[in-house]
Amino acid sequence: MRPDILQQAMAEHHEECLDNREFGFWLYLMTDAILFALLFATYVSMFRNTANGPEPIDLFDLKHVFLETACLLTSSVTFGFAWLAALHQKRQIVMFWLIITLVFGLSFVYLEVIEFLDMIRQGAGPQASGYLSSFFTLVATHGIHVSIGMLGILMMVLQVMIKGLSPQVCSRLFRLGLFWHFLDIVWIGIFSVVYLPVFI
Amino acid sequence: MLGRLTIEALPFYSWVAMGGAVVTILTVVLAAGAVTWAGQWRYLWVEWLTSVDHKRIGVMYIVLALLMLVRGFIDAIMMRAQQAIALNNEGYLPPEHFEQIFTSHGTIMIFFMAMPFLTGLINVVVPQQLGARDVAFPFMNSVSLWLTAAGAGLMGISLVIGRFSTAGWTGYPPYSGIGYSPGVGVDYWIWALLVSGVGSTMTGINFITTILRCRAPGMKLMQMPLFVWTSFCTSILMAFAFPALTVVAVLLGLDRTLGMHFFTNELGGNMMNFANLIWIWGHPEVYILILPAFGVFSEVTAIFSKKRLFGYRSLVYATMVIALLSFTVWLHHFFTMGSSPNVNAIFGIATMIIAVPTGVKIFDWLFTMVRGRIIFHPAMLFTIGFIITFVIGGVTGVLLAIPPVDYLMHNTTFLVAHFHNMLIPGALFGYFAGTQLWFPKAFGFKLNEFWGKMVFYCWFIGFYLAFMPLYALGFLGMPRRLEQYTNPDWQSFLLVAFIGSCFVLVGIFSVFMQFYVSIRDRNENRDLTGDPWDGRTLEWATSSPAAPYNFAVIPRVSSVDAFWTLKKEGSAYPFPEQYPPIVMPARTGAGVFIGLFGFLVGFAAVWYIWWLAVLAMVGGMTVLIFRSCNDHAEEIIEPETIMRIESQRKAQLISGGQSVAMGAPL
Repeated sequence: MRPDILQQAMAEHHEECLDNREFGFWLYLMTDAILFALLFATYVSMFRNTANGPEPIDLFDLKHVFLETACLLTSSVTFGFAWLAALHQKRQIVMFWLIITLVFGLSFVYLEVIEFLDMIRQGAGPQASGYLSSFFTLVATHGIHVSIGMLGILMMVLQVMIKGLSPQVCSRLFRLGLFWHFLDIVWIGIFSVVYLPVFI
Repeated sequence: MLGRLTIEALPFYSWVAMGGAVVTILTVVLAAGAVTWAGQWRYLWVEWLTSVDHKRIGVMYIVLALLMLVRGFIDAIMMRAQQAIALNNEGYLPPEHFEQIFTSHGTIMIFFMAMPFLTGLINVVVPQQLGARDVAFPFMNSVSLWLTAAGAGLMGISLVIGRFSTAGWTGYPPYSGIGYSPGVGVDYWIWALLVSGVGSTMTGINFITTILRCRAPGMKLMQMPLFVWTSFCTSILMAFAFPALTVVAVLLGLDRTLGMHFFTNELGGNMMNFANLIWIWGHPEVYILILPAFGVFSEVTAIFSKKRLFGYRSLVYATMVIALLSFTVWLHHFFTMGSSPNVNAIFGIATMIIAVPTGVKIFDWLFTMVRGRIIFHPAMLFTIGFIITFVIGGVTGVLLAIPPVDYLMHNTTFLVAHFHNMLIPGALFGYFAGTQLWFPKAFGFKLNEFWGKMVFYCWFIGFYLAFMPLYALGFLGMPRRLEQYTNPDWQSFLLVAFIGSCFVLVGIFSVFMQFYVSIRDRNENRDLTGDPWDGRTLEWATSSPAAPYNFAVIPRVSSVDAFWTLKKEGSAYPFPEQYPPIVMPARTGAGVFIGLFGFLVGFAAVWYIWWLAVLAMVGGMTVLIFRSCNDHAEEIIEPETIMRIESQRKAQLISGGQSVAMGAPL
């Protein structure tokens, strides 16, 4: 068999696979959205179940939340820059923006962990009331997603460095981008449902 | 070091439990010994366990389902035996053990019998019906299988190490909370569900993508075989309902393990949230189980009535309507929780409305049979048995959908009779019919019909004897899950029910007898053409068993019964002069290892062995990361190999008496 025919068969197969994967990833995001939707519903239904324990108004610090939000939203923008650079096949720039994204992501998780530790120190840990259980579970589930996303970014930096911007690597980067922006949208939900109502 | 795992975990508390443990260990040892004795470990690993071929994965799912059917049925007949004798005495099972048995019966039958069975059928059949070479994500398919197997493994090991949950298969808190169930049982239940639930979500995503994107050229949505349609709706339900199960199991786990208060009695917990969350998954789950069986019945009625399916479009729309409505009725599982009358009424009405599309389907199947030339193959018997029995179950379901009636019947054996009346004919009969129909496709020879009829008659008679008395007992006020009782009026009914379960025992024996006899006589029952029933859809266009790539030449589709049309045109079997190379996914052990790590995570978390849980988690992630960075997960099947396989196929077709179209265009 002539190698060029084999190569062509392989290339066609890969193209089809990558298209399917992008479609499948959207479906995965929908299942994840349902997971978050149920956690949101649980949070809202348990909003008043503070069991005479700490109330949200005493626990949240708007400035802290603003910083967290700023980090995460900026990281979405920087990921967008990385993707634009990938479209132009600029390897160094992709890596640069991915690392910047990673820094913002890390800062977000750091700020979130600080916030959690501070609450636990005040006796407002997840065991203190049903309300706090649902708060910690919802926000930490998002935080764990962000951490997994950061692992993904690290892997993408390595792949871009070693393999370059091949169609496969670009497809993975695209899907990771979907994931990252999705987490941004979820955070906007958390900001509007969890934090904002307490201050207005 | 070993968390709360001590020597106490071994089942010395009852002889029966000890027996269960010994049987489990013996089964594993004997199976492993048999493979070693036959020297087949390498074959098993290379050809099956690491395979990403959808047909093999499907077969492995069904093997798992049949094993679990036996385990679940042993639980069932033990309960029937206990209730048959436990009038004014303790019977032979201690209460705690009886509770474990009804919990594991439900959990196994739903998650590890029915789910793998339907997933297996979908795997074997759907890609071939679509004219596709594989599913969209073959590796993910393998991961789904091994996560399901890992969950089943957790169920199995709970027989030997520790105890299983006593909280029923839905595990309602506060009883399933740490305060009332401090042991490991509920944790086994949670982790078995979590690990296998992730697998089911991925199966859903996989088949939505496969069905939407891998159809043969020309196949419009409204030309898909009905089994594909029902599999499609089931996949949508799997993808969108299983996250709810994940959430509710995680939240209960957090309550139990980290002392949170989602569903506890104190500190602001709300156990009613649990009922809501689990049934938001649980009601769609009923349709996940039943819809694929509806698809099988549709294929079977058309094939064995020798007619095209009546009302194809109405069947498709009915399936879609059922899938949609299934998300709107979850509250009927707990009318007695005390929602306002209006809320109960709305959910009651929504429930009754589901009977409408289901009724449409029943009439479509009946009209397919009208003036058909019906062949009473076992698959057809299951279909007819289903139609009769399912209508009875539907009627009792509409009865239960009336909230005031439900207040009377809630948690009685009437309910038990009702849902078995839906799931045994509505799901299991369909899976059996599918096995009878598609077995030759998977293995190349037909199943013995005598034993197939034995399976049907034993299950059919056994079902009526076992569950009709439970309707009566429900009216007499007998609660479900009763370990012993003092009302002498109940015993005669329970004895009849026990006799029914003995019929089912013969039915299950017949299932395996049928396999044995069919394998023994396989040379007389070869399916040489790949089309043993004069089929109508594309899976019958491949050889039996199908080549790894299913179709050397992808068929063009122009009508609902695609293969039927091709046969009429005389272009069903194209054999071109030469073939292009075919790219197929290469086998990989990564799925097996991810399953193994999933099992270890679950086991470690059950026993609080946190170092092992972390290690297994890291292990699983590492395998996944390496795998997802792999750019060369395919292999090429050379044209010479394809030519060799296809020439054999041609010779077989001719010896099977089939005329072959030569040199048809590519």
